[in-house]
Amino acid sequence: MADHQAVEQHTLPPNPEKATLEGRNKYLGFWFFLGGETVLFGSLFGTYLGLRDGVVDGPGPSDLFHLDLVFIMTMILLTSSLTSVFAVINMKRGNYKGLLMWMWATVLLGVAFLGFEIYEFYEYYHLGLGFTTSAFASSFYTLVGTHGAHVAFGVSWITVLLIRYRKSGLTLTNAPKFYTAVLYWHFIDVVWVFIFTVVYLLGIGG
Amino acid sequence: MSSHVDPSAPLQGKPSKSTERKLKNEMRTQLISFVFMIFITSMAFLSIASDAVPSGFAIPFILILASVQVILQLYFFMHMNAKGTGWVNVMIWSGLFVAALTVATLMLLIGVVKY
Amino acid sequence: MSYEKAQSKNVIWDWLTTVDHKKIGIMYLAGGAFFFALGGLEAILMRIQLMFPEFTFVQAQTFNELLTMHGTTMIFLAAMPLLFGFMNFIIPLQIGARDVAFPFLNALGFWLFLFGGILLNVSWFVGGAPDAGWTAYVPLSSESPGHGLDYYVLGLQIGGAGTLIGGINFLVTIINMRAPGMSMMRMPLFTWSSFVASMLILFAFPALTIGLLLLMLERLFGATYFAVDFGGNVIIWQHLFWIFGHPEVYILILPAFGIFSEVLATFAKKRLFGYSAMVFATLIIGFLGFMVWAHHMFTVGMGPVANAIFAVATMAIAVPTGIKIFNWLLTLWGGRIQFTTANLFALGFLPSFVMGGVTGVMLATSAANYQFHDTYFVVAHFHYVIIGGVVFGLFSGTFYWWPKMFGYRLNETLGKWFFWLFLIGFHLTFFVQHFLGLMGMPRRVASYLPGQGLDSMNFISTMGAFLMTVAFILLLVCIFVSTKNRTNVADPWDGRTLEWTTPTPVPEYNFAQTPLVRELDAYWHEKYEGDGKMKAAEPLEDIHMPNGTILPVVMSLGLVVAAFGLIYLVHPLTIVGFAITFGAMFVRSIKEDHGYHIPVEAIKRDKEEG
Repeated sequence: MADHQAVEQHTLPPNPEKATLEGRNKYLGFWFFLGGETVLFGSLFGTYLGLRDGVVDGPGPSDLFHLDLVFIMTMILLTSSLTSVFAVINMKRGNYKGLLMWMWATVLLGVAFLGFEIYEFYEYYHLGLGFTTSAFASSFYTLVGTHGAHVAFGVSWITVLLIRYRKSGLTLTNAPKFYTAVLYWHFIDVVWVFIFTVVYLLGIGG
Repeated sequence: MSSHVDPSAPLQGKPSKSTERKLKNEMRTQLISFVFMIFITSMAFLSIASDAVPSGFAIPFILILASVQVILQLYFFMHMNAKGTGWVNVMIWSGLFVAALTVATLMLLIGVVKY
Repeated sequence: MSYEKAQSKNVIWDWLTTVDHKKIGIMYLAGGAFFFALGGLEAILMRIQLMFPEFTFVQAQTFNELLTMHGTTMIFLAAMPLLFGFMNFIIPLQIGARDVAFPFLNALGFWLFLFGGILLNVSWFVGGAPDAGWTAYVPLSSESPGHGLDYYVLGLQIGGAGTLIGGINFLVTIINMRAPGMSMMRMPLFTWSSFVASMLILFAFPALTIGLLLLMLERLFGATYFAVDFGGNVIIWQHLFWIFGHPEVYILILPAFGIFSEVLATFAKKRLFGYSAMVFATLIIGFLGFMVWAHHMFTVGMGPVANAIFAVATMAIAVPTGIKIFNWLLTLWGGRIQFTTANLFALGFLPSFVMGGVTGVMLATSAANYQFHDTYFVVAHFHYVIIGGVVFGLFSGTFYWWPKMFGYRLNETLGKWFFWLFLIGFHLTFFVQHFLGLMGMPRRVASYLPGQGLDSMNFISTMGAFLMTVAFILLLVCIFVSTKNRTNVADPWDGRTLEWTTPTPVPEYNFAQTPLVRELDAYWHEKYEGDGKMKAAEPLEDIHMPNGTILPVVMSLGLVVAAFGLIYLVHPLTIVGFAITFGAMFVRSIKEDHGYHIPVEAIKRDKEEG
């Protein structure tokens, strides 16, 4: 298609992620996907809340959860939400280096979060909470594990984008990609807000 | 031979003055909402960690704080308050509605207590 | 890829890699028709077994597998893909778009459905199909020996992912890709009802995803959500299944309602009566569809208040549905009605579906439901709404859109024979089942005793099923003998909507110039107020097209490999499968693919030839 390609330069639009029809489609479709994900996590939360008293002989929430660890994890994820906001602001400014830098910061915080989560699961396992120990155990690991899987997927996705586009500069193609990845990342944080409240805080206090 | 847009060409130029101003304002709003989120998160943790707060108060309190924080995330960090997000709002709130129904059902209607 | 290269592809490779919504629509129809025949075969085998009391045509275990696979196949692999076929082909044409919003995801959705369906049916050949009913209630399903239920869980998980992708695609297509002037309230009813059905898909399927995930983890990895001795609860599955399952029946019926709205207006030669009331009723049905799932669970013991709420909510659905029925009747009122096969199915639908609706209200009465529950009364009810509604809709749509899709008109004489045989066979099969149910014959049981007054009605029911089979074979014959009716195919019915403005066969870019829509029933308006041609909303230019790609097939195949690894707990195979899928996603992500342009000269050439 080289013969058909134009040489005109594009100037930076105010919302580069929505400047093309493809970008607008991606933006809307991804939001709708998040609407579906809301129900997906709703089902997991419901299952957990229905089963959280089913501890049988195994350890229960108050035997396991430590607020300090959860607080650190919460702060990490919340901060990573802010770094991804900065990334988008830099994208709209046309500061591509800033976009990349803040996205890398987001990835690093995501990895740190995952590290804490793995450590957490490892500890619970050694306190006698296996995946099959009780209905509480199964539903807890499924809910928090599904969230963790989302974090892992988000980290890999953003990393692929960062490596693929390390030198390309901001384009009409990669702006929607970064933007949807950031939306996904915020959504992960939204889910975590409910997890730390419903699972951990209510597990200890309620 | 007509010309076609090359979507892989890097975008050139600077944003307009008004965009710059808007982004500057946004930066400030986002920082404020972040600080506020940190604050209410800490409040939630404190109200559970401290023995001074009775759980009859703490439980509804932290649930409200969680809702506030989610609204902040959706409307500020994720810009659901921007123009042209009507359908986004429809789908997210429908999703939240169905999710809330699901959660309530699985807490109440699983045959343990009859209503 | 260039235009020249895109034109010169080998046929099989072309269909494997296509991202054209019309070809994907045809593939959905072909796949759905295959599974429809398969599900029909399973039904006939069951009806033969029930022809006489204590008959031993099939064993009880086989009967359980047949009833499970009949339900699962008909819902997930026949009805929905057939509707998706029409939605894919017709929606972009009806809204004046060149393609769907996500052509790649569209192809991915199709291949996920096909591979999921094939995976599910592999179970027949490797030790037995799933046998816990299409609802797969725990603990029957979580304790079921063998691998049948594992195939159910993973086959539906893969197919369900495809459906979710398709739903999002239709939503974004309808919102973002409408032609200039095509406001939401000028959209044809089929597009509207597909839009609402897609919303239901978006919010209903995630509940199924989680239900299936839990059942998979329970069966394969020893999780204990449903194991009561570990603190589990079996009702959770029922809720998750029906939070998905009830919207699912509206996902099926709403697009069928849309088809009837198109067909009745076209063949009554009148504008649809009460267009905005129809749209509003569709939205209300979609909303109420989410509020009533627990009416499937009246007998589990949720309590009287809960039952009462769900009973009232369920009865409320009769109101918007009644609005629709009356609007259809008033569309016909005073019209010049043409009794084509497509219209016969729409006319046959009205009384048949009302009968299913009335038994629905009876079932919604929660106190009476304790008597009806799990009897043939329920079987009769949902076959009246699903065959009388969805299947009639599919047949109506087949005769209506066939000329546009395949370039020839189906033979009307054979079509009418097919309609009458099918209509009579359908009522013969299921009308008597109401009474079998009221007499206490339980559903899902492989046999019954003689001398209880059940013999003759079961025999009649089986005869009806044979008649439906004959009718279906007649349809296949009709499809093959009609191929020479190649005249008058672009607009054979004096159509009202934009799909009839395209040439037949429809060029890959659909519209040389995007049409300008000035009124509801855009084409009809131009025929009677304008010069009979759509105004163009843009100059004739090069048209951008997406490239075909094999990646959707690879992604779906990877998931099937992973599913086999999970079913037999061969972990390396699972890892290989996921590696294939994620590898293909990785390639898709890093390879920018901007498609190609069809030069304006080629479009002009097409126009002159057409």
